[in-house]
Amino acid sequence: MFANRRALLRTAALATAVATAAALAACGTDDNDGATTPVTADQVQSALEAGGSITVWAWEPTLKQVVTSFQAKYPKVKVNLVNAGTGNDQYTALQNAIAAGSGVPDVAQIEYYALPQFALGKSLTDLSSLGAGALDGTFTPGPWSSVKVAGGTFGLPMDSGPMALFYNKEVFDKHQLAVPTTWEEYVAAARKLHAADPKAYITNDTGDAGFTTSLIWQAGGKPFSVDGTKVKLDLADQGSTTFAGTWQQLISDKLVAPVGSWSDGWYKGLGDGTIATLVIGAWMPANLESGVPAGKGKWRVAPMPQWTAGGTAAAENGGSSLAIPKAGAHNALAYGFLKYATAGDGVKIRIDNGAFPATNAELKSEAFLNKEFPYFGGQKANEVFAQSAADVVKGWSYLPFQVYANSVFNDTVGKAYVSGTSLADGLKAWQEAAAKYGKDQGFTVD
Amino acid sequence: MTVLGPPTIQATGRAGRGSPARRRRAWTGWAFVGPFMAVFAFVFLAPIAYAVQLSLFRTRMIGGTSFVGLDNYERAFTDPQFWSAVGRVSLFLAVQVPVMLALALLVALAIDSGRLYGRAFFRVAVFMPYAVPAVVATLMWGFMYGSRFGLVGDLNDALGTSLPDPLSPDLILASIGNIVTWEFVGYNMLILYSALRTVPKSLYEAADIDGAGRLQVIRSIKLPAIRGALLIATIFSIIGSFQLFNEPSILQSLAPNVITTYFTPNLYAYSLSFSGQQYSYSATVAIVMGLLTAVVAYAVQLRAARRER
Repeated sequence: MFANRRALLRTAALATAVATAAALAACGTDDNDGATTPVTADQVQSALEAGGSITVWAWEPTLKQVVTSFQAKYPKVKVNLVNAGTGNDQYTALQNAIAAGSGVPDVAQIEYYALPQFALGKSLTDLSSLGAGALDGTFTPGPWSSVKVAGGTFGLPMDSGPMALFYNKEVFDKHQLAVPTTWEEYVAAARKLHAADPKAYITNDTGDAGFTTSLIWQAGGKPFSVDGTKVKLDLADQGSTTFAGTWQQLISDKLVAPVGSWSDGWYKGLGDGTIATLVIGAWMPANLESGVPAGKGKWRVAPMPQWTAGGTAAAENGGSSLAIPKAGAHNALAYGFLKYATAGDGVKIRIDNGAFPATNAELKSEAFLNKEFPYFGGQKANEVFAQSAADVVKGWSYLPFQVYANSVFNDTVGKAYVSGTSLADGLKAWQEAAAKYGKDQGFTVD
Repeated sequence: MTVLGPPTIQATGRAGRGSPARRRRAWTGWAFVGPFMAVFAFVFLAPIAYAVQLSLFRTRMIGGTSFVGLDNYERAFTDPQFWSAVGRVSLFLAVQVPVMLALALLVALAIDSGRLYGRAFFRVAVFMPYAVPAVVATLMWGFMYGSRFGLVGDLNDALGTSLPDPLSPDLILASIGNIVTWEFVGYNMLILYSALRTVPKSLYEAADIDGAGRLQVIRSIKLPAIRGALLIATIFSIIGSFQLFNEPSILQSLAPNVITTYFTPNLYAYSLSFSGQQYSYSATVAIVMGLLTAVVAYAVQLRAARRER
């Protein structure tokens, strides 16, 4: 009995360590720092004709059709499109693959906010060496500046998310609400709506880093500035304070539905009118059509509410690029696919399937602007989005470790949603957590 | 017999002659133990050695990997997030484990009493939750806990009550404790029940003859008989509490602002390595936590052993 017990203890203690160690064993720390030799457009072209096989990690739904037509155009090329998870899940998988040095895809979808982290981590190929410089002027300024990190170009913009106000017109009409043009009116509408129908909320919010940073962006805040390895954080700047002051009212008075975005309850609320508006990126229509069929014909799109009456400021929310991890073995071929999907024939295919482009030509084309959305009651919603894209406030930048920072957003700012902590204090705590991590990672933070 | 005979003689003969034979005998032993040792070294020792090695380095985005000695351990010992996680699982351990074991004991005694109608069904029904994967069980409970769309919300709607939100900061630990209790009462009941089954019938007969009551039988025969099993169940539960991960990790998507990334030590190690790429520090946290678990479990065992004496 005694011997057994001791063995049991030993096994248990070991098991703890083994389980963790085994998980970690997959993550070596080899740096793949091979210098990239420049590749010309001709070489890319001949690589496409010679053929081969590339693996693409992406979750964006319209890429499926792009791959089909790409393979039809270059029959010798085989593209393995893999959904390795959405957002953070995929980054985790990608980071692990890069660290392990095996199983790294040739192309990966990376959102703009996450790109600096991968680029500065020396995980991505600088596309300048593959001829990305020739694409200057092809993409809208916001996304194009988002893929430029520390003097290099580390991805090609695939889509963009200029924000707009999506609102349920049926609910607005029923309660005689005017479409808010400022955030002040938005808060007033929130009160009026919730008072008229205690089950209805102006929007949902359980603390979302992407949304918060986008609104701070629109308010003119520049909480993150990056200069090489020097990082400056100020989540109490003018823009952040403006945002916190207004949004605090919605949280304190329980005017936002405590429903997480993308949850079942969220889709349900968008369909049955208990979540009346969304301020979100222009990539949303496709999601509404597929996820909220009950809302067809009820929803409309309007410009983002403003922080100052009569303003025209907008911000980006989400949007991703396609990038080429350094460890991938088929750079020329991968770049050929990148170009096809983001600046070539792929763009049209993706727009037709509901994606929002990041290319100037499409954003300005009549066909695009005049497209009527049956979901929005025949409204030409792209006009609103295109205007928003042009109005995006300039000079925003994300942290070079934004993925990590966003992962601890709910630890800090989230407190404001479930306890007496104020949003401003939450932002302060978030800044401290991010600064600590930045210092740990060798950045100079102040 | 004739076949077995000669080798025995040979062996004794050679053993007397001195060292060469002894060496051969030593090698024979190793040949038997070798396969086990190889597997043991590979699956047990190597990962631990790797984790320890990892914990002595630090990898940064700027500056790469460098040897930092015991810096990570120093950081772990002064890390408020880590210790708040340890505190949380300790509180969980102190409250949930006694409740769960008491329930398991009650059920085991009830089934063993022979007075229960539908004993077999009852036993299976109580054990069933253990067969449900923890992930599924947590999802299920998560739906019930929902104060908007879940059972709690429906109850509030139907009865016009306002039940407290089980996923609020004040109640979350209790809610998780409830899930874990539901999952593991049956398992612990089985351990205790099987120990009760080994008590010889003659003891009960003797107790009957002596005129002992039901409670006295429990106190004087049954409880002493299952003390060993109870200890095993306790140690398993201690380890389980310290390793709490599945339940908070799944509930996190329902209550992201309540369950932090450092809610339990395991969750902390997980988020350190998977969203922060702090593999080295994560390994350190895992090692410290492993040692801590071993120490606590060992202390409980020592205490129990002393009481037995």
